[in-house]
Amino acid sequence: MSKSLKQPNRLREGGRIDRSRKLSFTFNGQRYQGHAGDTLASALLANGVDIVNRSFKYSRPRGIVAAGAEEPNALVQLGSSEAAQVPNVRATQQALFEGLVARSTNGWPSVQRDLMGMVGKLSGSLMPPGFYYKTFMAPASMWMTYEKYIRKGAGLGRSPMEPDPDIYDHLHQHCDLLVVGAGPAGLAAALTAARSGARVILCDEQEEMGGSLLDSRELLDHQPAAQWAARVLEELAGLDNVTLLARTTANGYHDHHFVTLHERRTEHLGETAAVKGGYRPARSRMHRVRAGQVILATGAHERPLVYANNDVPGNLLAGAVSTYIRRYGVVPGNKLVLSTSNDHAYRAALDWQDAGREVVAIVDARLSPSGDLVEQARERGIRIIEGSAVLEAKGGSRVSAARVAAIDIGAFKVTGQAETLACDTIASSGGYSPVIHLASHTGARPTWNEEILGFVPGLVKGVHAAGSAHGVHDLGEGLADGVAVAARALEALGVSARAVELPQVDARREGLACALYQVPHEKPTLRAPKQFVDLQNDVTAAAIEIATREGFESIEHVKRYTAMGFGTDQGKLGNINGMAIAARCLGRSIPEVGTTVFRPNYTPVTFGAIAGRHCRELFDPERYTALHQWHVEHGAEFEDVGQWKRPWYFPQTVNGKQETMHEAVARECLAVREKVGILDASTLGKIDIQGPDAREFLNRVYTNKWLKLEVGRVRYGLMCKDDGMLMDDGTTSCLGENHFLMTTTTGGAAGVLEWLELWHQTEWPELQVYFTSVTDHWATMTVTGPEARKLLAEVTDIDLARDQFKFMDWREGTVAGVPARVFRISFTGELAYEINVQANYAMHVWKTLFEHGDKYGLTPYGTETMHVLRAEKGFIIAGQDSDGSVTPEDLGMQWAVGYDKPFSWIGKRSLSRSDTRRSDRKQLVGLKPKDPTVVLEEGAQIVFDPEHAIPMPMVGHVTSSYYSPTLGGGFALAVVKGGHQRMGETVYLPMADGKTHAAEIVGTIFYDPKGERQNV
Amino acid sequence: MSDSTATRANVYDVRPASEVPAESPLAWSCHTSGRPSVSANSRVVLRERAMLGHLILRGGAIVLDEAVRGVLGFGLPARPNALSLSDDGERSIQWLSPDEWLVIVPGGEEFALEQRLREALGDAHYAIVNVGGGQTLLELEGDKARELLMKSTPYDVHPDAFPVGKGVTTVFAKSSLILRRPDEARWELVVRRSFADYLYRWLLDAGAEYAIGVEQ
Amino acid sequence: MFHIYCPYCEELREEEEFHPKGQAHIERPKDPEACSDEEWGDYLFFRDNPRGIHHELWVHAVGCRKFFNITRNTVTYDILETYKMGEQPRVTAESLASQQTQGNVQVASGGQQTVGASSAAAEAIKGEQA
Repeated sequence: MSKSLKQPNRLREGGRIDRSRKLSFTFNGQRYQGHAGDTLASALLANGVDIVNRSFKYSRPRGIVAAGAEEPNALVQLGSSEAAQVPNVRATQQALFEGLVARSTNGWPSVQRDLMGMVGKLSGSLMPPGFYYKTFMAPASMWMTYEKYIRKGAGLGRSPMEPDPDIYDHLHQHCDLLVVGAGPAGLAAALTAARSGARVILCDEQEEMGGSLLDSRELLDHQPAAQWAARVLEELAGLDNVTLLARTTANGYHDHHFVTLHERRTEHLGETAAVKGGYRPARSRMHRVRAGQVILATGAHERPLVYANNDVPGNLLAGAVSTYIRRYGVVPGNKLVLSTSNDHAYRAALDWQDAGREVVAIVDARLSPSGDLVEQARERGIRIIEGSAVLEAKGGSRVSAARVAAIDIGAFKVTGQAETLACDTIASSGGYSPVIHLASHTGARPTWNEEILGFVPGLVKGVHAAGSAHGVHDLGEGLADGVAVAARALEALGVSARAVELPQVDARREGLACALYQVPHEKPTLRAPKQFVDLQNDVTAAAIEIATREGFESIEHVKRYTAMGFGTDQGKLGNINGMAIAARCLGRSIPEVGTTVFRPNYTPVTFGAIAGRHCRELFDPERYTALHQWHVEHGAEFEDVGQWKRPWYFPQTVNGKQETMHEAVARECLAVREKVGILDASTLGKIDIQGPDAREFLNRVYTNKWLKLEVGRVRYGLMCKDDGMLMDDGTTSCLGENHFLMTTTTGGAAGVLEWLELWHQTEWPELQVYFTSVTDHWATMTVTGPEARKLLAEVTDIDLARDQFKFMDWREGTVAGVPARVFRISFTGELAYEINVQANYAMHVWKTLFEHGDKYGLTPYGTETMHVLRAEKGFIIAGQDSDGSVTPEDLGMQWAVGYDKPFSWIGKRSLSRSDTRRSDRKQLVGLKPKDPTVVLEEGAQIVFDPEHAIPMPMVGHVTSSYYSPTLGGGFALAVVKGGHQRMGETVYLPMADGKTHAAEIVGTIFYDPKGERQNV
Repeated sequence: MSDSTATRANVYDVRPASEVPAESPLAWSCHTSGRPSVSANSRVVLRERAMLGHLILRGGAIVLDEAVRGVLGFGLPARPNALSLSDDGERSIQWLSPDEWLVIVPGGEEFALEQRLREALGDAHYAIVNVGGGQTLLELEGDKARELLMKSTPYDVHPDAFPVGKGVTTVFAKSSLILRRPDEARWELVVRRSFADYLYRWLLDAGAEYAIGVEQ
Repeated sequence: MFHIYCPYCEELREEEEFHPKGQAHIERPKDPEACSDEEWGDYLFFRDNPRGIHHELWVHAVGCRKFFNITRNTVTYDILETYKMGEQPRVTAESLASQQTQGNVQVASGGQQTVGASSAAAEAIKGEQA
């Protein structure tokens, strides 16, 4: 076995790893070995890897500090291939699997010795707090350049450049009670609720559920605590009303108890989910949980002590030392100095000694500590240095010694002579901060609790905290708290709680902790070696002091100035120390200074899990008409109209060459003008309106008159909002005295139906009328062109005689043997029949028309041709030629406005407002380019005087513009200030390429102004 | 049908008298996306019940209930989100809103049903709309059907929240549909024609984990 | 993501099913032609933006398609009640304020959404004012 495959820090026994399963992995190009049950972090420590990263700002070497989500340094980039790259993974949260490949996120070009290290050493003074703002402010144009190198150097990870082979999904979950965290309090709460019959979800972010019970020294019912956890989990797993989600982090707490959980489903097995039975399971899953009540049993994060050089590899959290020893069988060094402000951290020294390694000393900031754990350490003969703290760590790439001295916390000064203790590991504990992140997401402010020296979560109704999450750190009390909190949550749900017998916990005496956030140094903070508060963002105690000296008093401002608690860290480790330091510098108390707000997500979530299944071809719904298959088979190019796929044009292959869009559209246009064309118009919105007051209702929502429309007739109508601006247009047909069929624009269908319901339900409930969408029920085919009548006559029993079936009539009969309603309405200006049949029969009718259509030159056309033809006729498209600021009068459509209707219909009053009466409003006109070969750009701005100095006053813009094969040139519709009074004038369109087009203002109807062709 | 009814509303049979090829909303989808076959591993089975008669009833509950009882032989569900079925399960009425119900009957029955209802309703204010071309009925069956639904809809499909005899209009993937539970074994999805292909592809994709099969 | 009680469907539904439609109880003038430009402009364009209790019009768009009203605290996002068209809110900024002056913690139940929620809101409001 090569040297690198040894695990020098692995204990011979102990831990929850599977020693029979060896796993090899690669870190920064070096191969190592670990065991099943390891995290990447525990395996790296087992292999004696001290440096796992370079720091964000100063590029200092960094090692593993913690064992969970709070780890600030060990951020890695995973992936053996480009497609498998995953950035920003905490090594402490990544289960080891065979073949895992990881690199330091921030090590460019190498972790051991790098470019930025030089920069950091030379230019440390160039990087004060606020360095982004100060250093890179000017010139602004260089920012992109700076940013590129800073980002690369600072190591925020990178996303893969190739498609991710994995899939992701969402699961919508509902429960009575969501319990976040499966430590002692969470398990007790979940068990209580589960036995009471409530629907319970219990989630926990770790590989294994049990939380602190997995590495506790304490016994439950005289057995290792993990055994009780296993029994509870077994019971919960057997209950139908319980969903257990391991490897699942609650990342966001949103409104009304909507919580997003991120479950890592295969990330512990390999970098890409293995295909099983022809199916690749989802790599991770977002659970979107709607809960009745929520218990946050999220535990606490241990606070490190802030002392000089506390970032040198070998400085760890005391609790993490215990976790590595007891859970993973890894002891991360040989000689330990423990610096603590509390009893609980003593277990790190006891565990260390149990692991057969040397405890040099326990340095306790308190005078005469006296709890049970302290006594145990004394009995073992461990040296305890009272009233003192580690002032400074020595060493470069690994701790070599600790400088220890007596301190006066109140006076914030060193009172004794420093002693240097040789060691390779310094474990520290400054107390425990409840994990209040999720509770903060709800907007509830946390409150400072002096008794536990930490913030406890503010709680909105329905949210409860249990155990350490609100400062109940004692094991026995935490278990009881879990039961009690669950009972309260159940009571709120109206469920009576069943009693749960709790395991027996040996009573333990614990001394009071003292408040120590920053350890004083012989030198003032600004001159002492760096004392890190936020390791991930490289924020030091000095930086916070400078920020307060520079006048930043609000903790939110201090945060932004120093970057403390930014990014993926979200202040897990350093926030409380940082606030306490700010408070001391400002001469205030911690509650006075307050805390910053934590935001979702608690830990980074892969974009895949957020997107779920809503990606690629399922990114957005595509709506198809009943004729879609025909369009596809006939080579249609499609245009997106809302979610609909509409045929845009049908390019044909002529002499082995496929037509361009221009050629196809010209051919389609001429076919309609000269022969006959057919359009799939099924996407138009259709609303069935029934009721004795239907007519009155139409009269109120349309601008024009409806009282006299006869059965069998069709009318075009404009619909405005009450501000007088055009909203939608379409035709409505009178099917019966109390029965109408309204059509809307394709994009406006849902909005118009909701609009009608809005007025009916809120303003005019007394009107007897019902609206029902029939958009999908009817397929609509428009047959239009001079030959349309002849073609239709071959397949219908309807009398098509000109005086029998007039323009703007509708008739009922069969087409191709299928019952149909045929409407003589025209959007092309030619003779036109809109054939409506029940959609299931549309394909038959369409194909039958083509069987008969060849001899008439029947040509399918798409939306582009439809646009050209309608624009030639000056027919508007609501939403293209209008934009919510255009009245019917601006459009020159006074003929469709019933000024003398008795009811003040929607929009009418606004037409007499001073603003809508202005003569210089933008009005719809036609534009004829002076150069007929020019097709103006839609959206192009219009000016009256092209010689005017820039900025030129803009007086309108082109709304629709096409080449017309019929007219033999370009033409456009546009809105121009006072345009209706400017017929014949020339306007100018300066383009981005420097050219300026000239065009004449003309009427909007370019073709057949008298409308003779549609009326034949 | 009385004369006054005839002139007040335009009612006619949208189905052809002779045999004409008809295509369900899923015709294109089955053509392009195929139909995964049902196997022993299939823990979800999807089938379409195409070409049924679908009518929307609008009006006051009391008036409609009387007419429906007289014509169909069973009553209008009065409670929100309720689904009533005929004894043979072939005909159903679902509450959609306080003045709206969905009636689904075997294909071909809907026109006669509409006529008889209109006759029974006389001069009352109501609306009946044939929507059979605009939607189709899908069925899901199998022990993983509920989990497939959980991937797709934010509505709670747990049996406690969604007992047999319930039906709701809700969000499904990025679309919407009517979801109903006619019996213990089956879930019914009433989907709009234009969204049918998207929803079919969604169901196949989300159901792949359960070896979803599509029955002819 | 709100959880909204639809007073017509008589159950809580996800926010995805609803569309917000702005301030509730905006009545169209009975005789628009008699309005001055200013009155008509007020009706068209001017809306309240309170910190605290707000009455909003929503529609159960993917559902029963009915419009209804919500009384919502814009600070806490608590929905205090939902009520049908034509009904008046039971919880208003004034009613909560008067209860506070009377020292009455009991808040009238305002619809079914509010079971339990209204007293929380009352406390929240009181917290705001304290």
